[in-house]
Amino acid sequence: MKGLKKQLERIRPHFQPGGKLSALHSVYDGMETFLFTPNETAAEKGAHIRDANDSKRTMIIVVMALMPCFLFGMYNTAYQHWLAAGASEFPFWTMMLYGFLAVLPRVIVSYLVGLGIEFVVAQWRKEEIQEGFLVTGILIPMICPIETPLWMIAVATAFAVIFVKEVFGGTGYNILNVALVTRAFLFFAYPKQMSGDNVFVATDPVCGIGGAAADGFTGATPLGEIATATSSEQVGRITADWWNAFIGLIPGSFGETSTLCVLIGAAILLFSGMASWKIMLSALIGGLSMGAVAHAFPSATFPASYMSAFDQLIYGGFAFAIVFMATDPVTAARTETGKWIYGFLVGAMAIVIRVYNSGYPEGAMLAVLLMNVFAPLIDYCVVQSNVKRRLNRVKTSARS
Amino acid sequence: MAEKIKNSQVFLNPFSKDNPVIVQVLGICSVLAVTAKLAPAMVMGISVIAVLAFSNVIISLLRNTIPTNIRIIVQLVVVAGLVVIVSQLLKAYAYAVSVQLSVFIGLIITNCILMGRLEAFALGNKPWPAFLDGVGNGIGYAVILVIVAFFRELLGSGTLLGYQVVPDSFYEAGYVNNGMMILPPMALIVVACIIWAHRAINKDLQEN
Repeated sequence: MKGLKKQLERIRPHFQPGGKLSALHSVYDGMETFLFTPNETAAEKGAHIRDANDSKRTMIIVVMALMPCFLFGMYNTAYQHWLAAGASEFPFWTMMLYGFLAVLPRVIVSYLVGLGIEFVVAQWRKEEIQEGFLVTGILIPMICPIETPLWMIAVATAFAVIFVKEVFGGTGYNILNVALVTRAFLFFAYPKQMSGDNVFVATDPVCGIGGAAADGFTGATPLGEIATATSSEQVGRITADWWNAFIGLIPGSFGETSTLCVLIGAAILLFSGMASWKIMLSALIGGLSMGAVAHAFPSATFPASYMSAFDQLIYGGFAFAIVFMATDPVTAARTETGKWIYGFLVGAMAIVIRVYNSGYPEGAMLAVLLMNVFAPLIDYCVVQSNVKRRLNRVKTSARS
Repeated sequence: MAEKIKNSQVFLNPFSKDNPVIVQVLGICSVLAVTAKLAPAMVMGISVIAVLAFSNVIISLLRNTIPTNIRIIVQLVVVAGLVVIVSQLLKAYAYAVSVQLSVFIGLIITNCILMGRLEAFALGNKPWPAFLDGVGNGIGYAVILVIVAFFRELLGSGTLLGYQVVPDSFYEAGYVNNGMMILPPMALIVVACIIWAHRAINKDLQEN
């Protein structure tokens, strides 16, 4: 470690203004703060709150909170593949290796493209490189189906980073959740490759591990099956296996199948104070109440209304979305009252889209994106009503 | 009346530094609506050039006889008449395209560029400069339309003017057309990219 530090110190003059590599200053800076703790976590001037926490540590804690889901995703990818191949034995470490090798290229592509753009833009604007992509880069492979082609992930990541984040000013200024925009771009641009029965389960061996899927195999997600179900009995048969869905042993996007691992992640986020419990709780209430309303009026036109409110929470990406997506501090509502409204609407909208729009078997992504758009409006209304209330108080006290 | 501008400038300004779409941000609705394919975008562009040029000339000829308080109505009547002629011509000679363009030919009447040019230029200038202004602004509009449609058709359908451009070997290698390019939001983003590039070149247009 010391040798590395010395090496960095030695080449530093080249990157200072005037040095021959001064154009790459922000790259040097980024590498240095990535490898070693910076001495200052708050700006020397202008910052009134001093805290040992900085955006890098925040990001690392969120990545840690994502790890249970990620590890489980590796296992589940292999598990679904083993099932598809008709295997009867499930060797744990071979499966973990398979899952790791299956997801690794996706993680690499997402980080390479996203960080590449961040580096170029930082260089161009002569700013420091921001850490904002650390979380986004791991989220992107986690919310995409495992069979998504790599070049699509690259295109979608580039689109989201440029048009949602960089053009609005970079990390902290994105109007929408970058990872979700990547997912939405994939969903709308390549609908055939992003939905249906063949994308959620890996069907090919990776590096010689695993077998080929049996003929006629279809790997529809439970929500996909429910969307095409015709009777409440059929939906009941699918949701009878709710324990597996809670553990996460169902087909789905890489990292979001396991409600259990999402709960572990939520505990880490809440314990470390990184995410707002108000948003999570109100989204949970929103989802439960809308699920109950939908379940109270079941109809064959909307087969997902046969699901109970509890089932709505554990299937699909709902839990993942409200814990890791809706709580993104940049795009969520900032006012405390606003967080309750925002969270409740995220939860309710997710179920509304899931149940009443047959085109989208899963509505969590669109619900969070929609509420990202409305978050500033919610904040505005909350602030205005607060101003009005306090003005009234001043007026009444002045009169008496 | 502002200082006199040269005829060449009247004609050339709308191409770049006074472009109706990317600088004045007018006529955006039709840019979103008709640019999914190149052919309708070209027809739309030509139609707007024709309507704009002739309505400019007619209003310019009438400019001293139109009472000020009913000028908008007169302008609308002139534009509507020309639009109906264009629409009938398209139905007679290019029926397939006119079906694709559907209501958007009729909606040229409401295109902000037309009313804008009639109000701002034709009412105060002689017919010849008014004609040049109409053609110039029409071309400025059509060029943007064609650029947007070029990218949307190429990336969204893999074709240009209906002919396949992306080779089959690409599709066999796993390339897929971008379905989002067909949807209106991407037209907005393509226009934004053009504005971005345009402002990056013309620094005097950048706002602080």
